[in-house]
Amino acid sequence: MTGAPAGDTAPVAVDLRGWGWRHGGRHAWALRGVDLRLEPGERVLLLGPSGAGKSTLLTALAGLLDASSGGEQEGTLTLDGRPATEVRSRAGLVMQDPEAALVMARAGDDVAFGLENRGVPTEAIWQRVDEALHAVGFPYGRDAPTAALSGGEQQRLALAGIVALRPGLLLLDEVTANLDPDGAALVRAALAVVLDATGATAVVVEHRVEQVVDLVHRAVVLEPGGGVAEDGPPAEVFDQVGARLAARGVWVPGHRPLVRRRATSTTGPALVRADRTAFRYPAADRAALAATDLTLCAGEAVALTGPNGAGKSTLALCLAGLLRPTGGEVVPEPALDPPQPARPLWRWRGRDLVTRVGTVFQDPEHQLVASTVRRELLVGPRQAGASDAAAGQRADELLERLGLARLAAANPFTLSGGEKRRLSVATAIATAPRVVVTDEPTYGQDALTWAALAGLLADLRDGGCALLTVTHDEDLVDAIADRRVTLVRSTADQGSP
Amino acid sequence: MSVLVPLAPDPDAALSRRNPVAKLTAAGIVTVAMLVSLDPVTPAVLLVIEAAAMPFSGVRLGTLLRRSWPLLLGIGGVVVANLVAVQGGEVLVEIGPVDVTTEAVESAAAVALRLLALTLPGIVVLAATDPMDLADALVQRWRVPARFAYGALAALRLLPLLSADWHMIGRARRARGLDAGWSPVGRLRAFTGQVFAVLVAAVRRGVRLAAAMDARGFATTGVERTIARPQPMQPADWALVAGTAAAVALAVAVSVALGTWRPPFG
Repeated sequence: MTGAPAGDTAPVAVDLRGWGWRHGGRHAWALRGVDLRLEPGERVLLLGPSGAGKSTLLTALAGLLDASSGGEQEGTLTLDGRPATEVRSRAGLVMQDPEAALVMARAGDDVAFGLENRGVPTEAIWQRVDEALHAVGFPYGRDAPTAALSGGEQQRLALAGIVALRPGLLLLDEVTANLDPDGAALVRAALAVVLDATGATAVVVEHRVEQVVDLVHRAVVLEPGGGVAEDGPPAEVFDQVGARLAARGVWVPGHRPLVRRRATSTTGPALVRADRTAFRYPAADRAALAATDLTLCAGEAVALTGPNGAGKSTLALCLAGLLRPTGGEVVPEPALDPPQPARPLWRWRGRDLVTRVGTVFQDPEHQLVASTVRRELLVGPRQAGASDAAAGQRADELLERLGLARLAAANPFTLSGGEKRRLSVATAIATAPRVVVTDEPTYGQDALTWAALAGLLADLRDGGCALLTVTHDEDLVDAIADRRVTLVRSTADQGSP
Repeated sequence: MSVLVPLAPDPDAALSRRNPVAKLTAAGIVTVAMLVSLDPVTPAVLLVIEAAAMPFSGVRLGTLLRRSWPLLLGIGGVVVANLVAVQGGEVLVEIGPVDVTTEAVESAAAVALRLLALTLPGIVVLAATDPMDLADALVQRWRVPARFAYGALAALRLLPLLSADWHMIGRARRARGLDAGWSPVGRLRAFTGQVFAVLVAAVRRGVRLAAAMDARGFATTGVERTIARPQPMQPADWALVAGTAAAVALAVAVSVALGTWRPPFG
């Protein structure tokens, strides 16, 4: 081991006394009266409903909340007895979106970036880079281009970038929430190795509690605007308050949100059909989607599953009329009432498409176009030629149903992740399309939003929509799918769940 | 967009391994020579030398052409303008109302040769330089502030993502019913809306990138930043600069000996 003196890398003791934080311009305190002590090397899972201030607390522990962020602090928050803002280098924060955390074009350079900034001598940098890449099980060399990595690989690289700095306190903010199950499992395995090897103190926030519960010694429940509500070994905390947490949106082991399954299974007429549909990007050496047949019928929910790179999202875009297939075609069936003259789906005008096929994108921000939540819901109906009165009525109805009514005048970009997701679904169904295509609608959502989304999708299906959902979420497949279609890297393999 | 995205240079080529600031200096020497030589002979001799040196750059001719076609188009435009506009000497060809004269041909040839000899080294140097190496060398050798050099480098990495955003946002807007239709007004409005949406996405990406760099201690006051990839000036780098200076001197000397060299003033 070379570089910084041993005292600089030892596990950190964390101490909060009557600590609170209020964001600039807000009346309510995000957190208040938090008393919490973490011994060096302790690993804590931080729990609480959305809005309990979990991410705010992690940011504060990373020393990134200070007067310049425009908020107000009360009480004390110290690492080894010193204010966190003065010892930023002792803490390392890993966040949800790895793409936003990577800075350089090559893996090794990215890990080295933090070491350069910390003033680690040139001779020591590359040894520490290699150690960190090895510790997280990064499968490629230093020269691997960061843009070509999968989400799970990027997140392990982001973790390596932090581990190389040898923080005494590791802060993990939903690090597996945006990953597919395979990627999440690899990141969890890397975390287990890193935590054991470094012995660092750790604070973990994760929606899907069962994913990380084996990594921690202790669970702490935060109360929105309040302090610590529960504190103890995870199993005890779940026994005592598990049901109450689950009711407020926390994914607690053994408490799964319930979605009623439909009693009868009557499938209506075919609405749209992929016929040997294939797609290849220009100059790509492999097809993004191999020739695939798939028919979507009224009143049937199809779950599209399979590994990354099999072409699930590509097929969904083709069926939604948003991507021109490079092979085969997507055929609208008469029951969809296609506009005249007859054309393939990708050539339809937007306003013809919007009343027949609705699409929910993986990133809700991509489909936000208006300045307020309510106006966002007027866009589609107006494009389709609805009267202002009819569009307004539909918008208010949807706002009420999706629990967004109190946010009607808010800017869509200021909403929370769960609210943005519900809004993006609302925009897609505002024009009452017969076919609804969704891409990973439940990524990173808490259990309440999850149940609301699953319920909404089930309602659409029961109301006679053809539903296509691209997902890695097995709970969602169980809850709503009538049929599962699994894409592999060459052909579609159809079956039932 | 593709013109801006850095090429992956062949890491084993002789030119790729040279220090980026040596390459920039060499390209600068050629630029100065072309600014002070208005005749066609100096750039012609230089172009012959540049062509002979091309194999050491590791840049393939096809790549070079694909990369520089907008520039070649521009040079073509300047040549045509010179052929048409410059008058004097004997008339060679009459094309409708336009006379192409001997002086016009001379002037067009000189401009085309100068522009080619001037831009070729710049394009080849950029194509044979890894952006990371360039940022490192600028910071270490020319004392460019790290905040600027690495900030620009990180922003460069966002360009391909921006192109992906453009396509995805276009699809998302179509899904909302906001595509162009057939009328030119509709097209213009849809295009403006999409540009705005992509700009918003770019700003958000930029803000997140800056936060990620700060979170890893970038530009923290009170800490001396160290270097992961030293970029020393080696003997071969000095040789590149000296060789370029010699080539330029040779070209000017040939032109002077032939009595054709023409400085801008005099």
